Amino acid sequence: MPMAEEHWIWRCDCKIANDPGAGRQVLDELLERMNAEHWAQHDVYGVCLAMEEALVNAILHGNRLDADKRVHIDCRLAPELVRIEITDEGDGFDPSTIPNPTDPERLECPSGRGVMLIKAFMSRVWYNAKGNSVVMEKGREKA
Amino acid sequence: MAGYQRLDLNEVGDVTVVRFRDQKIVEDMNIQELGQELFRLVEADRRDKLLLNFSSVDFLSSAALGKLITLDKKMKVHGGALKLSNIRPEIYEVFAITKLNRLFDIKDDEADALAAF
Repeated sequence: MPMAEEHWIWRCDCKIANDPGAGRQVLDELLERMNAEHWAQHDVYGVCLAMEEALVNAILHGNRLDADKRVHIDCRLAPELVRIEITDEGDGFDPSTIPNPTDPERLECPSGRGVMLIKAFMSRVWYNAKGNSVVMEKGREKA
Repeated sequence: MAGYQRLDLNEVGDVTVVRFRDQKIVEDMNIQELGQELFRLVEADRRDKLLLNFSSVDFLSSAALGKLITLDKKMKVHGGALKLSNIRPEIYEVFAITKLNRLFDIKDDEADALAAF
């Protein structure tokens, strides 16, 4: 998907161990940068939630907790945009096959809400063809 | 009563008010422990009126929501009543997006929730 050229003011491109704690360090730095750039708290909350959920999906469902696998995180911050790309080393999945967790008959199912929350809190979300890489963008909330 | 590592409990009449020790409920291991402690309240301690007060919680992941859904099911099986209160707006938004605000009985504050049992 084509993307507009952005003036990135911060970037973190790294491969982390297949452990949520390792990803949280990158997330904390991103949130710190967003706060320093005076992003609205609702935006910061949404980015935090989306990245937490995407990391869990990559580590648990993509890499299946395999300690030999890695997760590639590419986070960038522009004055009006956050872009996060998270890629695991798993087989990928087809996001269109995820059932809607808000269907009344699925409402009591304890799993399957992460992808929905990512889409709700981020401005744009897309996956690569294999389904092992997600790109999430958040535009700054208009004052 | 065995100790609870993730929860603080307080009895108000016949209602057990539960507060969370974690500000952020995201770590997988913490969520597993939290689930076990919540389920123990119902299954081992046989508490049939539970109020979860979220005043200390400022972040909740979808895995934690899963534990709350399972707790709700267990409460129903045991004929108990579960209510939630003091949920900050960002977290309430998560409940609303996932339509779990229809599954759970959510009150603004503890007094409202206690009065509703």
